[in-house]
Amino acid sequence: MPVKVSEDWLNACSGCEISILNIGDPLLDLLPQLEFVHMTALVDHKFFGQLGDQTALTLPEATVAIVTGGVRNEEQKHVLEEMRKRAKILIALGSCAAYGGVPAQANMWKNEDIFETVFRKSITTEPAADPKDPNVPPWTPTCMAVDEMVKVDITIPGCPPHPDWIADALTAVLEGKTAWALPERSVCDTCPVIREKKSGGGAIKRVLENLDFNPEEGLDKMRCINEQGFFCMGPVTLAGCAGKTGVPRCIQARTPCRGCFGPIRKGAKPMVDMMGALTSVGLDPKTLVDRRAIMNRYIGGHKNLAPLPARPPR
Amino acid sequence: MGKVINIQPVTRIEGHAKVAIHLDDHGNVADTRFYVQTLRGFEKFCEGRPVEEMPRIVCHICGICPWAHHLASAKAGDAALGVTPPPAAVKLRRLMQNIAYVSDKILHFYFLAAPDFVIGPDADYSVRNVVGIVQAAPDIAKQVVHYRALGASLLEHFAGRAIHPTFALPGGVSKPMTEAERQEMVAPVRELLEFCKFSLKFAKENVFPKYLEAIKSIGVIQVGFLGTVNADGAMDFYDGNLRLMQPDGSFEDFTYDQYPDYLAEHVESWSYQKFPYARKWGALKMDLDDPVGVYRTNTLARINVADKMKTPLAQQELEEFRAAFGRPAHFTLLYHYARLIEMLQCAEEALQLLEDSEITSPDIRVKVEPREGRGVGCVEAPRGTLIHDYTTDKDGLIKTVNLIVGTTHNNAAINLSIKQAAKEFIKEGTYDQGILNKVEMAIRAYDP
Repeated sequence: MPVKVSEDWLNACSGCEISILNIGDPLLDLLPQLEFVHMTALVDHKFFGQLGDQTALTLPEATVAIVTGGVRNEEQKHVLEEMRKRAKILIALGSCAAYGGVPAQANMWKNEDIFETVFRKSITTEPAADPKDPNVPPWTPTCMAVDEMVKVDITIPGCPPHPDWIADALTAVLEGKTAWALPERSVCDTCPVIREKKSGGGAIKRVLENLDFNPEEGLDKMRCINEQGFFCMGPVTLAGCAGKTGVPRCIQARTPCRGCFGPIRKGAKPMVDMMGALTSVGLDPKTLVDRRAIMNRYIGGHKNLAPLPARPPR
Repeated sequence: MGKVINIQPVTRIEGHAKVAIHLDDHGNVADTRFYVQTLRGFEKFCEGRPVEEMPRIVCHICGICPWAHHLASAKAGDAALGVTPPPAAVKLRRLMQNIAYVSDKILHFYFLAAPDFVIGPDADYSVRNVVGIVQAAPDIAKQVVHYRALGASLLEHFAGRAIHPTFALPGGVSKPMTEAERQEMVAPVRELLEFCKFSLKFAKENVFPKYLEAIKSIGVIQVGFLGTVNADGAMDFYDGNLRLMQPDGSFEDFTYDQYPDYLAEHVESWSYQKFPYARKWGALKMDLDDPVGVYRTNTLARINVADKMKTPLAQQELEEFRAAFGRPAHFTLLYHYARLIEMLQCAEEALQLLEDSEITSPDIRVKVEPREGRGVGCVEAPRGTLIHDYTTDKDGLIKTVNLIVGTTHNNAAINLSIKQAAKEFIKEGTYDQGILNKVEMAIRAYDP
């Protein structure tokens, strides 16, 4: 008997759904074991009946519910609550669902300031009142991670999560397991670069120039990015972005990590720990440009980001 | 007022939308609306970010076309900081874009659209999906899954990430391509090209002829088109001039930074998505019988505005398409046909780029300095012309962001196509699941 799966995207970009498809050839072995009773991306099940004539939003019962995206509006909240009610196991897939993700950068502003810019201050937009209609769900006060609203059984972090882990977690669930987690290791633990535990000092460099490396040589011949004086979130970021094999994927591109897999363990304080990591190689965290936003790029939910109090006029 | 049919969620599309069809007392269509229900606010929360970080932030706007946002953003950064990336950097950006777009077009044609054509528009919803295709045509499904993931794996292998890349930065790209990396990529890209050829042949023989009636009846409207052409007038996804075409085929070309003179965005109280329109044609009027200012983007628009394709096999296909449907072609379901012609160009151009000896040059980035400036960066995203417009302060931090993304251009047109399809098929209160799905097919053609 195939396992019933219900999947939907909330405040998401659909990258997680694409990552499911990037499982590639093994997907064909997984598919017959799964019955998608609801999946907006691929399956035509409707909330209000197939003829659109019901008044209450209904979702089918499922063994597993997979949710991508955080919660940004009242309707997403409602869909999430319904999915939770009708599923035995709820999987939060991706860093938006796990931590709020990039869209939770919006938490640095009041909602009304965001609407002001979008609907009244953009240069090609004819200024107008905020959309207001029963069919346009109002925003929640902040952009939240899924576990700020409902109980989550399994979290598969990443922006996007690597297909290896999606397949691994789904296989575990098919075997009857109700828990799954990535091992608690840092990106640095899986990064082959050369580390000497010191940098040249000075202000932290922006990526206005490329890293120093020889393209003909592997990453094991490149100096650590923090030690080169650039900012890399590897020390405080959960490992696994390259899947079961391979090196951290941003490093593979010869670019720094920005923390898309989130903190190494629940309750960690990545901003504090990261400042410690920078200091330990002789860099001054105060010289990092746009520090608060960059260190919380993927984790702005869980109240990690909030509007700063207005500064007195200078 | 009579009853309201709520189609929610609109499925097999790439976002959050709902359709309401209002019937009058006789059960005929009084009005329809396409509601876009989500908003994230990138235009605001990018303010203050360093311009060199933007390509790896704004890619998160769309997980299906992250490379489009990534590259438009890098180009806006190039322009704001006043730098020209070295030729090899441009070639590598183009290579990644073309490979990413092949995967994107495979996704849309086979996973999202094909269930309507291969399983059938009236089939039960529980089988009208990719799982149904796996059962109905297992050999094709196997290839589809394989080649879509192959494209993604090529991107990941070279550029680290297939989804939400970090490779392009103002001034160029983050790493050069070695000769070994180039050689490894040639054979798989040849395979992708063969699969693109197969897809066109398959669709022309087995899909399109069966649906000629549907093509002539679902979502048909007559409006303008917007796309990008290079200096030769050929279709170009990465760079060129914007071309705005009237419904009769006459057109005007303009440069990226002139876009605010040609385009404006209207806001309706019932959708988070704005309604761009051609401001020179008059105030926006979303009237099915007399639309004003409405234009379309994405595949059919690009095929119409381009004088020719950039590569030989795609050019042959365009000639065949034009002989059958003319220029401009207006039937909405032809978006699917145009999509496959574009996919062929993407694969051909990817191979050409790989065979260009300059692509392995180590000169791939110029150093950039922060400065106060403005940059408009555009590319053709799979779903249409993508406009990123940034201003920076003296430290190279973002002051303002204006974004008009591919699908947004099509908002007014999608609304009109839905209205047309609903009016065509729903009469005197008679409708069924198949008919409602045909209304959705009018949306899916745009691949929103």
